[in-house]
Amino acid sequence: MGRVVLEGVSKRFGDTVAVDALDLVVQDEEFLVLLGPSGCGKSTALRMIAGLEDPSDGTVSIADRVVNDVEPRDRDVAMVFQSYALYPHMTVAGNIEFPLRSRRVPGTERRAMVEEAARILGLTDLLDRKPAQLSGGQRQRVALARAIVRRPAVFLMDEPLSNLDAKLRVATRAELVELHQRLRATIVYVTHDQVEAMTMADRIAILDAGRLQQLAPPQEVYDRPANVFVARFIGNPPMNILRGPVVAIDGALVVDVAGGRIPIPDALGDAVRSRGASELIIGVRPEHVQFGEGHVSATVSVIESLGHERHVICRLDDGQMVIVRLEHDEVVPEVGARVGLTADQTRVHVFDAQTEERLGDG
Amino acid sequence: MTAPLDAPVGLAAGSPPRRRRSRRVSEAALGYAFVLPALVIFGSFVYFPFAKTIRQSFYRSNPFDPSQETFAGTDIYEQVLDPAGMGRAVASFGLPVGVVAGLLLTVVAIGILRLTARAITRSTWLRTGAWCIGVAIVVASVCKYSGIGVEPTTTTRFANSLGVTLQFVLMTVPTGLVLGIGLAVLAHTQCKGIGIYRTIFSSTVVSSVAVTSVIFFTLLNPIIGLIPYWLGIEGEGPILTNPTWALPAVAIASIWQSLGLSFIVMSAGLQSVPDDLLEAASVDGAGSIRRFWSVTLPMLSPTVFFAAVVGLIFAFQTFGQIDILTQGGPNYRTDVIVYAIKSTAVTQSPNYGAAAVMAIALFVITLGVTAMQLKFVERRVSYDR
Repeated sequence: MGRVVLEGVSKRFGDTVAVDALDLVVQDEEFLVLLGPSGCGKSTALRMIAGLEDPSDGTVSIADRVVNDVEPRDRDVAMVFQSYALYPHMTVAGNIEFPLRSRRVPGTERRAMVEEAARILGLTDLLDRKPAQLSGGQRQRVALARAIVRRPAVFLMDEPLSNLDAKLRVATRAELVELHQRLRATIVYVTHDQVEAMTMADRIAILDAGRLQQLAPPQEVYDRPANVFVARFIGNPPMNILRGPVVAIDGALVVDVAGGRIPIPDALGDAVRSRGASELIIGVRPEHVQFGEGHVSATVSVIESLGHERHVICRLDDGQMVIVRLEHDEVVPEVGARVGLTADQTRVHVFDAQTEERLGDG
Repeated sequence: MTAPLDAPVGLAAGSPPRRRRSRRVSEAALGYAFVLPALVIFGSFVYFPFAKTIRQSFYRSNPFDPSQETFAGTDIYEQVLDPAGMGRAVASFGLPVGVVAGLLLTVVAIGILRLTARAITRSTWLRTGAWCIGVAIVVASVCKYSGIGVEPTTTTRFANSLGVTLQFVLMTVPTGLVLGIGLAVLAHTQCKGIGIYRTIFSSTVVSSVAVTSVIFFTLLNPIIGLIPYWLGIEGEGPILTNPTWALPAVAIASIWQSLGLSFIVMSAGLQSVPDDLLEAASVDGAGSIRRFWSVTLPMLSPTVFFAAVVGLIFAFQTFGQIDILTQGGPNYRTDVIVYAIKSTAVTQSPNYGAAAVMAIALFVITLGVTAMQLKFVERRVSYDR
């Protein structure tokens, strides 16, 4: 019942295109995260689902009903804003009660529903306070309680954790997932934080410049990024990306980069040949690069220690950067040393140099 | 304050107290020098006349030779303010009628508060009740005390003008606020050409009281005026000398005059209502009317309160419109306090003492309104405690 479908939805503000022909299906009871850098159109997409913006093109459907011309209040959605948007002149109870009051739910029923929502979010002792007397985390809970009190078909959340401090954010992340399991509701969640997306989502929709880049479960987005943008956006430290011409040596294909050659996995050879690409982009995650007698030689430039792991930043001869991730107990080369780098052949990503799309199926 | 780091060690060790003191003295002198121009201007045009007025209120002067004065003690106060009459008015009419009217007013006020989705607790009832009853008692007492319509003597002139002023305030201030909010809400939309309307709505700010009054004098003219023509009463006797309609006519001119300011203040207040609150309310199921009552109006209430107090103070000090349109007539029906003060002092047989007492009484009233504003602005109306 809580399916959200966007078909060819665009939003233009004057000459700027915020969302460009977006097709997206959010399944019932799914936790879908819209992820992207700021200005990628993810918030605009969410606001069009809420009815706060009108699409310039395309149709928005909620629960198999086209809602383009339906007022926000009649769409059966609830929204949590980044600022929480609590009504400052009402108490916590008044805030939670407001959606019920607006829909003329009878008083006794209302009270029970408010108490239930407050209980779920641990706000029972705070019902008589005003928002100004609450901490950031408590306000965030009030905003959530106000959203869940009416049990709408779809929850829309616009960066709800970004105003919390780092510690609270981690705790609230887990609570949101628990809440989702408990309510079995459809959630569309907007964030620019890949960690939030990876940890909470059933599926992630990655947007850039108003276009959908990839729609897949978190692990797949990480393992098989659809293009260079997704490859760089997901993962910390980001994926190493090297560009170079394709050369055939003894029947095997390699990519020529400064300081060496990176072999293309055999499984991808056919895909590359059939395209006849003369140039390719190679992507390797930092944890899939090893030191030792290798394909490429480089100079160690900086070593960052994070306690549980180390990031060794190397420079190729032409200045391109390659990051190698090591566990904290692995041997680290010295700064300034010449090292050989080897990519794990099964974990190499290959992208078309023109379209930046992923090649083959590897 | 610390000594400069690069000062010679010996000097710095020996002399800091003296140097510090002399620097402080010279800084203070500089400060006073900056304040001096303002002090001179305020002193000559505000503080000195104020002190002079207080002194004047205790002296009876010869109407034909104002330099001859005799000390009168509080005689003039008793004559002008008529404390005995005031007491009778409060006891016989103000208290009983005020309490009843105040209770009714409380119910209405709570109804409005409930519309704005505030939590109505017992303390809300008590506080609202206290304010409503208090205001009702004051208004009822003044009505009785003023006995509007009687040919005023020195004893009853102040009472009459207080009543007239109160009527004038009740006609202009609430109407001005409601119209200001209404126009501001109408103009608070994104559509083409809205700037033209905003300019029109705020234009009365730049027209002076004299200009406005002349415009309305013409509009109200019994022979050539548009208003009598529209009402179909042209040639039937002038509105401005009609005992019933003179004051409302002046009030309408004043409302029109102050609407620009009211509109600008309310518009500024509306700008500061966060958009996401209104968006949250619309997702939460509120239609435009409920959004106005439940979100916009409560968020606007500090602005409304500010505008109400400023409007109240201005209305109590109205003079220009009266002087140009009615000169206090007919039969003192538009004789507001400031006009009464002026015509008591500037006349062939001036009574400076009586005028001074009225001026002081007006000062006390204005002070009370201002104190109320300070008390409110600090608590209650502000949400970010």
